[in-house]
Amino acid sequence: MSALTRGKALLTGKYRGYVVFVSVALLLLAVAPAALDPFRLSLLAKYLCLAIAALGIGLAWGQGGMMTLGQGVFFGLGGYAMGMHLKLTEAGDNGLPDFMTWSGVEELPAIWEPFRNPVFALAMVVVLPVVVATALGVLVFRQRVRGAYFAILSQALAAAFVIWLVGNQGLTGGTNGLTNFYDIFGMYPEEDSTKTTFYFIVVIAVGVLYLVARHIVRSRFGRLLVAIRDGEDRVRFLGYNPATVKTIVFATSAAMAGIAGALYVPVVGIISPALLGVVPSIELLVAVAIGGRFSLAGALLGGVLMNWARTTFSESMPDGWIYIQGGLFILVILVAPKGIAGLAGQIGDLVARRRALRTAPAPAPEPGVKEEVPV
Amino acid sequence: MLSQLPIGLSIAGALLLIALGLTFTFGQMGVINMAHGEFIMAGAYTAYMLQGVFSGQAVLAALPVAFLVAGLMGLVLERFAIRRFYGRPLDTLLLTWGVSLVLQQVARDIFGAPNVNVTAPSWLDGRLTLGSVAIPYTRLFIMALAVACVVAIWAYMNRSKQGRRMRAVMQNRELASCSGVVTERVDQLTFFIGSGLAGVAGVALTLTGPIGPTLGTNYLVDAFLVVVAGGLGQLRGAVLAAVALGMLQSYVEFWTDASAAKVVVFAAIIAFLQVRPQGLFVMRSRALT
Repeated sequence: MSALTRGKALLTGKYRGYVVFVSVALLLLAVAPAALDPFRLSLLAKYLCLAIAALGIGLAWGQGGMMTLGQGVFFGLGGYAMGMHLKLTEAGDNGLPDFMTWSGVEELPAIWEPFRNPVFALAMVVVLPVVVATALGVLVFRQRVRGAYFAILSQALAAAFVIWLVGNQGLTGGTNGLTNFYDIFGMYPEEDSTKTTFYFIVVIAVGVLYLVARHIVRSRFGRLLVAIRDGEDRVRFLGYNPATVKTIVFATSAAMAGIAGALYVPVVGIISPALLGVVPSIELLVAVAIGGRFSLAGALLGGVLMNWARTTFSESMPDGWIYIQGGLFILVILVAPKGIAGLAGQIGDLVARRRALRTAPAPAPEPGVKEEVPV
Repeated sequence: MLSQLPIGLSIAGALLLIALGLTFTFGQMGVINMAHGEFIMAGAYTAYMLQGVFSGQAVLAALPVAFLVAGLMGLVLERFAIRRFYGRPLDTLLLTWGVSLVLQQVARDIFGAPNVNVTAPSWLDGRLTLGSVAIPYTRLFIMALAVACVVAIWAYMNRSKQGRRMRAVMQNRELASCSGVVTERVDQLTFFIGSGLAGVAGVALTLTGPIGPTLGTNYLVDAFLVVVAGGLGQLRGAVLAAVALGMLQSYVEFWTDASAAKVVVFAAIIAFLQVRPQGLFVMRSRALT
């Protein structure tokens, strides 16, 4: 291959990703706001929020092999940080959030006080998830607890978090969570302009976070991450500390979930335990699996598609949707473990193999040798 | 203070019954079966169905039937799906979660979404009073059932040929296969027993309250924690961990409240894994991972 063609190939390769990114951005920034009414636009913003959380899972699970079944916790921490601030601005300088009055709380709990400050609250959106994820990561990964064990622990964290939220009605709003926002940074949530504004904020967040994640994956650090996914011990023998790398990535994915949760609050108008527990956390992971766990774009796509499908199908047939979701899911895992994003490659392989067979009857592939899918 | 003891023990009994099935499927075979909760539910609904025939004695009659029903469900799942995923535990987790969703909806369609009741046999009415402590007979029954299951499993694993084969496959699949053990059949049987035990646990849970389509999922997270804390595939580990978690849960609940108890139990397990990352008991092996 000459230097010229190599350069060309590099350019087209680079160019293609660039074109896709720009066209998706145009679609979201220009076409969608023009084509959709504010209600639908707001729904799309909701799906995109969940897609941000899915992106974090794509990073931690798809690239790093950490199957986290507790992303709802970080989503919730971000969401509650935002929700608490909004509730406090509404309540005024000395007032109490409405739900506290209902549950008989007379004095603002000390932990709520600093959330009056918008800067503090917005910082907490990222800081809280990162702190929790780092603590868990350090404790767990350093002890080489991984794979299924880690999945179970993260799931238990989600379960405990939700039970704690529900149990502390006066502090967290209990089952209802935080809702009834009517003043979002000076905007009224029901107004179309508010919906459009937050839609654009969400789209920009998706774009920026995608680029961040992509940068991480393409860096040397990202290589190390994938290497750890595929052979943690080998990486350790090479002198790296997998626990550090995994903790950093887990914390990053938690931060993304936190940002997603914080954006979800003004877009949807509620944050409650029902959105954060074991089931919603797995659903996020499922979305990533269906979209394609090994591709960041696949994770985003899965997040949007699955939540769109849920809204659409559960509107028309609430019971049937569960069969569709479960069935789809079983099918994807059985047939296309790399998800939608991996489907193109899988079909390409199949076609190439067929063609190769037709032109020259190649020796049959060795029985029992399967393509390895990293767990 | 003392009154919390039987509560803790009865939580431990229920946890242990559920975790016993997991020590087979998760512990021995490394399969994270999220549908395990639905096998529990199937066991509970078996007792509910049998009420029509056996009325008051349904619980007793359901024990063997539920074992078979849940076991067969497990066998079907193993044959058609899980078998393709050995060595890829996380994919199995996702797959079985899909199965669990579908099974829950099936239960909702057949039995309806509201919870149903299974009447306990009349000889389980009342309570045993020991000084200031009163233990309902139903709780005693669950504890006794858990103990009976532990004994039966111990005998099976350590005193029967099949059990020996099962342990051999778990410790070294290739070598067991070379020695003439039909590993596929061992897998099937192991999965059958593990799932069947979930059915038995389901019958026991009907004694604790009304049952519904999501019965199993409520307990599953805790039961997995028991297996993690006890050590993979370790019977005595599961027993000790279940008792410890049950006690911790009941006493923290007593001093604070149920929501704090969950957080404390989780923190305790994380702390415990700092000391013993692989659980209470570890099977010594030279394998790297």
